[in-house]
Amino acid sequence: MKLIKLVPDDTNIGFLKWRVPFFVVSGILIAASWALVLFQGLNLGVDFVGGQMIRTTFVGQAEAPVPQMRETIARLGYGDPIIQRFGAENEASIRMKLPEGSESQPDLANTMADRITGALRADFPGVRIDGVDSVSGKVSSELFRTGLLSLLLSMIAISIYIWVRFEWQFGVGALFALFHDVSLTLGFFALTQLEFDLNIVAAILTIIGYSLNDTIVVYDRIRENLKKFRKMPVPELLDLSVNETLSRTVMTNLSLLIALVPLLFFGPASLFGMTAAITLGIFVGTYSSIYMAAPLLIWLGVKSDSFVHTTDGPDKAERIARGEVQT
Amino acid sequence: MLDFPRWKRIWLWSLLLVVALASLPSLASLSGVKWPEELPDPAINLGLDLAGGSHILLEADTSQIGAQRLESMEESVRTAMRTAEPSIRVGDVSTNDGRLSFMVESAADVDRARELLLPLVNGTGMVREWSLSVVDETRFVLTPTQQGLDAALDQAMDSAKDVIDRRINAIGTLEPTIIRQGENRIVVQAPGQQDPEALKALIGQTAKLEFKLVDMNALPSDVMAGNAPPGSQIYPYAADSPNAGQFIAVRRLGGIQGDNLVGAQQGFDSRDNTPVVNIQFDQQGAAKFARLTTENVNKPFAIILDGKVLSAPNINEPIRGGTAQISGGFTVESANQLAISLRSGALPVDLTVIEERTVGPDLGADSIRAGLIAMGIGTGLVLVLMFFTYGRFGLYADIALVLNVLMIMGIMAVMNATLTLPGIAGFVLTIGAAVDANVLINERIREERRKGRPVHSAIENGYREASRAIFDANITNVIAAMLLFLFGQGPVKGFAVVLVIGIITSVFTAVTLTRMWVAGWLRRTRPADINI
Repeated sequence: MKLIKLVPDDTNIGFLKWRVPFFVVSGILIAASWALVLFQGLNLGVDFVGGQMIRTTFVGQAEAPVPQMRETIARLGYGDPIIQRFGAENEASIRMKLPEGSESQPDLANTMADRITGALRADFPGVRIDGVDSVSGKVSSELFRTGLLSLLLSMIAISIYIWVRFEWQFGVGALFALFHDVSLTLGFFALTQLEFDLNIVAAILTIIGYSLNDTIVVYDRIRENLKKFRKMPVPELLDLSVNETLSRTVMTNLSLLIALVPLLFFGPASLFGMTAAITLGIFVGTYSSIYMAAPLLIWLGVKSDSFVHTTDGPDKAERIARGEVQT
Repeated sequence: MLDFPRWKRIWLWSLLLVVALASLPSLASLSGVKWPEELPDPAINLGLDLAGGSHILLEADTSQIGAQRLESMEESVRTAMRTAEPSIRVGDVSTNDGRLSFMVESAADVDRARELLLPLVNGTGMVREWSLSVVDETRFVLTPTQQGLDAALDQAMDSAKDVIDRRINAIGTLEPTIIRQGENRIVVQAPGQQDPEALKALIGQTAKLEFKLVDMNALPSDVMAGNAPPGSQIYPYAADSPNAGQFIAVRRLGGIQGDNLVGAQQGFDSRDNTPVVNIQFDQQGAAKFARLTTENVNKPFAIILDGKVLSAPNINEPIRGGTAQISGGFTVESANQLAISLRSGALPVDLTVIEERTVGPDLGADSIRAGLIAMGIGTGLVLVLMFFTYGRFGLYADIALVLNVLMIMGIMAVMNATLTLPGIAGFVLTIGAAVDANVLINERIREERRKGRPVHSAIENGYREASRAIFDANITNVIAAMLLFLFGQGPVKGFAVVLVIGIITSVFTAVTLTRMWVAGWLRRTRPADINI
């Protein structure tokens, strides 16, 4: 059987030649993402801002009658609802602020949900209420804080581990690559205004996981080559490492995309935002491993002998004995 | 690297078999096949976002606990002083700033009063519940200690959980989960299509029943203005009672609490056939109730539920049988609900719903089906790609991947873990990691072969060199997952659980198992060349 080879054996692409322009592009993308997040804002779901979300499906209809729904709900006097289609055309979510005073009187939120679903059922006989989420301001700010905290802590802990296993430059490089990935993902959500809820936090964590996988594979090869080719200039060595791991990069990411694309198109609507983020993250993560994590090593001053004295005991002892390293 | 003695092979296979078998009940239930009842059936719980159901997060009003303790301390102190021989006269009792302070009228009684107070402030447990000090020679100040308050809160939350448990079971909720969360929260989860409104109505009712004497001396104008006479309190009438909108003054102390009940049923008033709740006191409660009604014949007393007066009937004759009838503009439903709440005891604290999520079961079922089909298609395509890329080695990786899925499910089933939507993301991530591990290994073997290494040493090198990156990548993911588990909440936690399990099983299947199979094949056939 003739086996598939996605990347020819003698591939040698000069990735690092383009490191400066790509780095500039990355910087612009990061800045643009944050500008979008700050000025346009994320479409934060009730998980993070509090409020009530009611999900509806109009069974047997081609699409959800959003304008009429808005009219029906506005008549109840709870303010203007945010109504969005999600997933299929006949599915819509309604988002409301919690009524005044509901922090002390939870009944008010209940009554609001009852009245809205009641009015919808009366005006639209085919409607199915798929779910109601009520999150108080107290809980939402906690969810926001713990979500952010766990994200930051895990990024820092990961960098420390990489620093210990490799060198400090690698830790910084990985942290930067992760920052790049998270920034671009946030920018994507600000741009598309897809709803940003707790599930998206899980998606960002998945992206961090994949991106890190890529970064570590490239770094591992750099570490190996630094030990093997002590005379090779660092840019050349980085190119070699990226090229050597290229067939793996392509194969793994292709597999992941193959697994995700059906989920994107045929999966449940509730998974769409999450799957879209992860799919984007695969591209962003691979790119950042090659164009952020690797070139940063040059600028942070990784030397050809960086690993000679740190990786294993006997080597270090030997070098100390030869007087090359100070204890 | 490629040496697998017989004992190791047997051990690995049996581990694999046991864990994978544990996934069968879950697979059966997902695909709708009936699992034989006589077999053990550890199964994965589906989270509410997948299976549908209600999730209600309640928070207790902790400030109440302090106030309640202060009030009961005041009663105890007054009783202790009154019943002392000879009795000690106290005055200027105040409960401001969360402290109880009072003066003993005669300085000679200070030591005796202190003796009487000591057992009260030390409580029954190991912690000192109140600190006692004497200022200006005759003034006693009792300040609750933080440990005492914490212990009281803890106790109150435990009993609140039990009360909710009894109430929810009384209406036949199926498989509810009720757990305490943090210091002052309780999570109630009820799967499937059940009425969340009934659930909330039942949980939300504190059901604290009190009987207090009406203060006949209070001026109606004072009552309307909200000025309570000394020793009295003003309560509003309940919204459903015939006197809704009015207020009434009752004596603050000397009433009885409705927590000594042995029964409560919904019934009908024999005169006008309106719904009522019939209650039966236990022996102690019956005695107290008999005394209260005997001493106050022809005076009205107020029946107060959760701070609202239901009715204030006249005591026509002493009630000695220990039963009473509560009326107050009930419907059959609300009377029934109150009866359940009273039977299961009052909540020691008021609980407020701060988060509520309800997912319709249709959506859940659709999600699962669509998700499973999509994942099935995706996984199938990946298996095909792996096989056509790495041949025999790809096939080993494929088998390992399928076993990996089974193992994750098996471990989750045995741990009784819950699968949520973010959990599925974790699943996808670990499957990706498993694929990547095999890609790394196989690409490395290709590379080593290209450099001209003989088959055996190329494979051995491939596994060794690739393992380093696989190890580092997985350790970082485990670190991240641990932190997420520690600091994350709800869905993020669900993600972390799947991730940790998946990382362990994927290393086992993708690295150890495939290596064993490759080693076995090498030993049997001793190939001079491999197609990879």
